Amino acid sequence: MFNPDIIKPENLVYKRTNVLTDAVMHYCPGCGHGTIHRIIAEVIEEMGIQDKAICIAPVGCSVLAYNYFNVDSLGAAHGRAPAIASAIQRLHPNHHTFTYQGDGDLAAIGTGETIHACNRGENIVIIFVNNGIYGMTGGQMAPTTLLGMKTATTPYGRCVELNGYPLQITELLADLPGTYYVTRQSVQTPAAVRKAKKAIRQAFENQKNHKGTSFVEILSNCNSGWKKTPVEANKWMEENMMAKYVPGDIKVDGVKVR
Amino acid sequence: MAKELKLMKGNEAIAEAAIRSGCDGYFGYPITPQSEVMEHLMLEKPWEKTGMVVLQAESEIASINMVYGGAGTGKKVMTSSSSPGISLMQEGLTYLAGAELPCLVVNVVRGGPGLGTIQPSQADYFQATKGGGHGDYQMYVLAPASVQEMYDFVFDAWDIAFKYRTPVMILSDGAIGQVMEKLYVGDYVPRWTDEQIAEKAPWAAFGKPAYRDHNIITSLELDSAKQEAHNHHLQAKYRQMEREDVRFEALDTEDADYLLVAYGSSARIAQKAMQLGKEKGYKIGLLRPITLFPFPTKQIAELASKVKGILSVEMSAGQMVMDVKLAAENKCKVEHFGRYGGIIPTPHEVLEALENQIIKG
Repeated sequence: MFNPDIIKPENLVYKRTNVLTDAVMHYCPGCGHGTIHRIIAEVIEEMGIQDKAICIAPVGCSVLAYNYFNVDSLGAAHGRAPAIASAIQRLHPNHHTFTYQGDGDLAAIGTGETIHACNRGENIVIIFVNNGIYGMTGGQMAPTTLLGMKTATTPYGRCVELNGYPLQITELLADLPGTYYVTRQSVQTPAAVRKAKKAIRQAFENQKNHKGTSFVEILSNCNSGWKKTPVEANKWMEENMMAKYVPGDIKVDGVKVR
Repeated sequence: MAKELKLMKGNEAIAEAAIRSGCDGYFGYPITPQSEVMEHLMLEKPWEKTGMVVLQAESEIASINMVYGGAGTGKKVMTSSSSPGISLMQEGLTYLAGAELPCLVVNVVRGGPGLGTIQPSQADYFQATKGGGHGDYQMYVLAPASVQEMYDFVFDAWDIAFKYRTPVMILSDGAIGQVMEKLYVGDYVPRWTDEQIAEKAPWAAFGKPAYRDHNIITSLELDSAKQEAHNHHLQAKYRQMEREDVRFEALDTEDADYLLVAYGSSARIAQKAMQLGKEKGYKIGLLRPITLFPFPTKQIAELASKVKGILSVEMSAGQMVMDVKLAAENKCKVEHFGRYGGIIPTPHEVLEALENQIIKG
């Protein structure tokens, strides 16, 4: 029987953050984007910075991220989010401008903007969701696609002769003096989600203290693009993606730790 | 307003006007013949005077997207470049137009196509007035003919940009950018406060206050019916510009037999040609479009029914002449004369062209 007395503030153990809107997300069931959105929104709520947060949404699966984050937002042209965020943060130095980008957006078409924003040490937070594929356009090869991995444009598997090597852009960015915090996280288990949220919090705290660029890569499955069930996709991610893209902190407080 | 007399290059006048007009941010990338804009800004250190941000970007693509970011938060932001750099900005410009963001882009035109030449040209007329980027959009385009106008039009640009929520382009050329002339500069106009931005740009994404929903700046609309409605809305703005904000200068057009139509540097050369022609007894008028979009179509149409012929003078292979012909509607003969590739025509050449193509032709 439903006991109405249970609805009391002291019994509340979880509530949906008001930094997410009520809009129904368009993401595929089992995809990590929804989880990543939630933990970013929770961090913004917990830090009390909703009125100072400005989200730069990318082109790709998360193109409509601005419909879900209940913060002022701008939709960027493909790959240009770090340039947009650079200007906004310089014009509003006490705000919290963050970009939310996929691997095609950040590590292919937006490589230039990404490297130069990080190298200038722009006081922005970059959330980089890496699923090794172009999800929105239908599963084509991304710069992060693993060797041998089959995609719509590598139907026989990615090979070096035809496609070159997977790009570890996060390690590359950690070498730039402008980056203050560079980390790689994932969201396939509750423990991983908690760690990822902690990393996002760290990134926004760094920004609050004007430390320079904080870069959080988050590995996420693309079960639709990988043609797997969500459970299989997460297992495949742990066994394959994490071998190439090893989770953990890469640079902390401006010092490389790996 | 207190006026101060200065001697400056056109490019420096743009920079000086930015600082004095309450501009919040300049984002640019060096390219000849307009690099003095950013150089002057960096020398003046406006961040100490007015709080204006100046940033040298890694490319014109980054510059225009920085403008998109700043404009999206309701700030008065601008960039400047020259032809090849402006080509790189076309992606950003169509997003700015689609998302309806006010901003200023200065093009100090050089000869093309490709890397072309660094000498003055007016060969970017099509790009500026017909939408260089994809999709149905227009920019409001101002064509200065002097260093003073380079300065003044920056102030005018902010008014238009925020009136219509539109990108405004100042379409100059290497001659106006590089020439030094006297100009009068006025007092510093303060930058807008956060409260003024919230009032004047309530649509802007400057951080969501508790009293309103979150603002979204985007040019994306996946529902075609809504996208078409958005296109109708944009077109209505462009028609309003045509009704309310056409600018031009008419010299001796009242009783003219022949009409020269020219803008920017070409207008100054045409003015001299007009004087030379008068010494030979010709009655010549000059219509100088100050806005290239919206174009003074009505004024040219009226003159076309009075004069015997029109010569459109441009430093291009013939771009504005298309709009002049459309305006004239075959009511009189319309011809084009142009030098290009960085060559500036002489007044004598222009008069000779008028005689050969219109008066005797």
